Amino acid sequence: MDTKIAENHETIIESSRGLPCLGLADVWEYRDLLFFLLWREIKGRYRQMALGPLWMLVAPLGQMIIYSVLLGVLARLPSEGVPYALFTYAGLLPWQFFANTTRQTADSLVNQQAIIAKVYFPRLIIPLVSVLSGLVDFLASLVVLAILMLFFRVAPAWTFVALPFFLILATMLGLGIGLWLACLNVKFRDTAIGLGFALEALRFLTPVVYASSLIPERWQTLYHLNPLTPVIEGFRWALLGVGPMPNWTAAWAVLVALLVLISGAFYFRHTERTIVDIL
Amino acid sequence: MDTPVIRVEKLSKMYRIGAKEQQPQTRAGAFKRAAISPIAYLRSTLRPPREEEIFWALQDISFEVKHGEVVGIIGRNGAGKSTLLKILSRITEPTSGRAVINGRVGSLLEVGTGFHPELTGRENIFLNGAIMGMKRNEIQRKFDEIVDFSGVEKFIDTPVKRYSSGMYVRLAFAVAAHLEPDILIIDEVLAVGDTEFQKKCLGKMGDVAKKGRTVLFVSHNMAAIENLCRRAVVLDKGLIRFTGTQIAAISEYQRIFSANQASLKDRTDRKGSGEVRVVGIELRDAEGHTIDSVVCGQDFDIVFHFEASAGFRSNRVVASFIVKTQWDVPVFLHHNRMSGTEFGELPSQGAFVCRIHKTPLTPSPYRIGYSIIIGNDYLDSISDAAELNIIAGDFFKSGEVPPSSHGFCLVQGSWSMES
Repeated sequence: MDTKIAENHETIIESSRGLPCLGLADVWEYRDLLFFLLWREIKGRYRQMALGPLWMLVAPLGQMIIYSVLLGVLARLPSEGVPYALFTYAGLLPWQFFANTTRQTADSLVNQQAIIAKVYFPRLIIPLVSVLSGLVDFLASLVVLAILMLFFRVAPAWTFVALPFFLILATMLGLGIGLWLACLNVKFRDTAIGLGFALEALRFLTPVVYASSLIPERWQTLYHLNPLTPVIEGFRWALLGVGPMPNWTAAWAVLVALLVLISGAFYFRHTERTIVDIL
Repeated sequence: MDTPVIRVEKLSKMYRIGAKEQQPQTRAGAFKRAAISPIAYLRSTLRPPREEEIFWALQDISFEVKHGEVVGIIGRNGAGKSTLLKILSRITEPTSGRAVINGRVGSLLEVGTGFHPELTGRENIFLNGAIMGMKRNEIQRKFDEIVDFSGVEKFIDTPVKRYSSGMYVRLAFAVAAHLEPDILIIDEVLAVGDTEFQKKCLGKMGDVAKKGRTVLFVSHNMAAIENLCRRAVVLDKGLIRFTGTQIAAISEYQRIFSANQASLKDRTDRKGSGEVRVVGIELRDAEGHTIDSVVCGQDFDIVFHFEASAGFRSNRVVASFIVKTQWDVPVFLHHNRMSGTEFGELPSQGAFVCRIHKTPLTPSPYRIGYSIIIGNDYLDSISDAAELNIIAGDFFKSGEVPPSSHGFCLVQGSWSMES
């Protein structure tokens, strides 16, 4: 929507043409709403559950146990010298964050259509809420990692300081892809189903539950073109100090993430104008 | 101040509606269609719309609203009222034309938007307030006032899913009533809650207007339009038919409405001799105003305007009508022998009027069919002649409004305990 708000609150409503502006100032103006929606999301999610917010910890732990038994104990996959449970948890952590962020962002517009159809606010708030609630879950599962590291007596490495960088990278990728898919999902509900399959495949194309050294040499370059590979490896490197340090691959991932995020944001703003008419 | 705060210039909005699909005749045809349907769906959404898929909800609408005015917008269902409000509240964009608005807009197209059933009343006040554009400290400041207005203090820390529907609506409206924008845009939201609460809401709206705020108000409730507005705009099929004082607008609306009814005159799917013909069906409230929707619990008249042919003489005419659901299930039938009324000799033009007391139907659209009979012979009959739209209202005086999924009729009952 092409809206100019001047000193005296003059709003011009008309059909917008051409490239939209991102309207980030408008989003800032509505930060209270962002806060309350996030709060509603988190608080509403765990009401009337015996475990409540504990699920934030139980879910990643359960996955870790499944993969540890299956791949660590039975298949005896190599794990770069740390206990396999820790190795895979350090990969599952960012993977779950990325996958949840993407999935929730992609579903966000359709899920919130009741509000979108009745009130105006910068629509970017909706996917931002999804991302922020994913971050809250991530921070909770980071606590579990700390406990696991204590349990296995693995000391954190100095590389820990690089964690925010990879977290931001994963956020950008998740949000960027999510923004694209959220708009597509409004037009074609097939998107959400397709995304489920795609994420399932991507999980195994990314070194989440195995080390990338398992991939034959001649496929390595291709394998590292997946921008998630350096993200997951980077997390593991930052958290445990093991595995290859991301090099050019991280730079490549940053480039991809920027492209996806910026194009996604503009596409979102473009679709936002008439989103109510097609929901 | 005479400066317009809302200036609407040649505003139009086009919607794309699905074109009719052809039903396949053979099994092979049906199979083929299922196979190509993904491609057909993609093609139909991606190509520009064809002529017959286009629907103009608004066409070249222009009007101005001055500072401090309370303007009503009236029109039948589908006249474009909601589309206009949606554009002015920036929920969707116009296709062409523009609107210039001076001031902060608060729009109330629904009460309780974004209420989360699992959260408490207190939490929902903050959430709903923020959704409607209030700042956190603004809500904090008005919190006690809102709770007071809603009358649900006792349950303020209970999840709203445990609320009765009446309490839910009160709380939702209480938040809405404390919005203080420069321009307030209100859709039909006053048809909820009990009568007492409705009065409170109307009073609050009157206060808003007195404080010099500008209000745009859509309603089917002509009494509310007449009392609250000074000016009104009549919309019909996406066009502005009239702009002027609210009194003149209401009569213009009623004129257009009865003109729409005139199409009944041209109906050919009639049974009977035609010596008496119903030429129009009108719904009126107890004060005699034409209405297009009836609120549950309301008294109203169904008026069958008729014409009798010149030589027609009889005093044994029976007028009967049936109210059916959208799925053609009969709900009730009424005729004048039931109330022991005889019409006597019919005038050449007149109307059979049936008063329905305390409308006992749940909110839903219904169909009206009628028959004019003499002895065993039909004079005139149309099985699906008009629509009867029932909207939520306080039948039980308790704020509870059962949906039509719980049954179509409302029955007055009383409960007690025996042990």
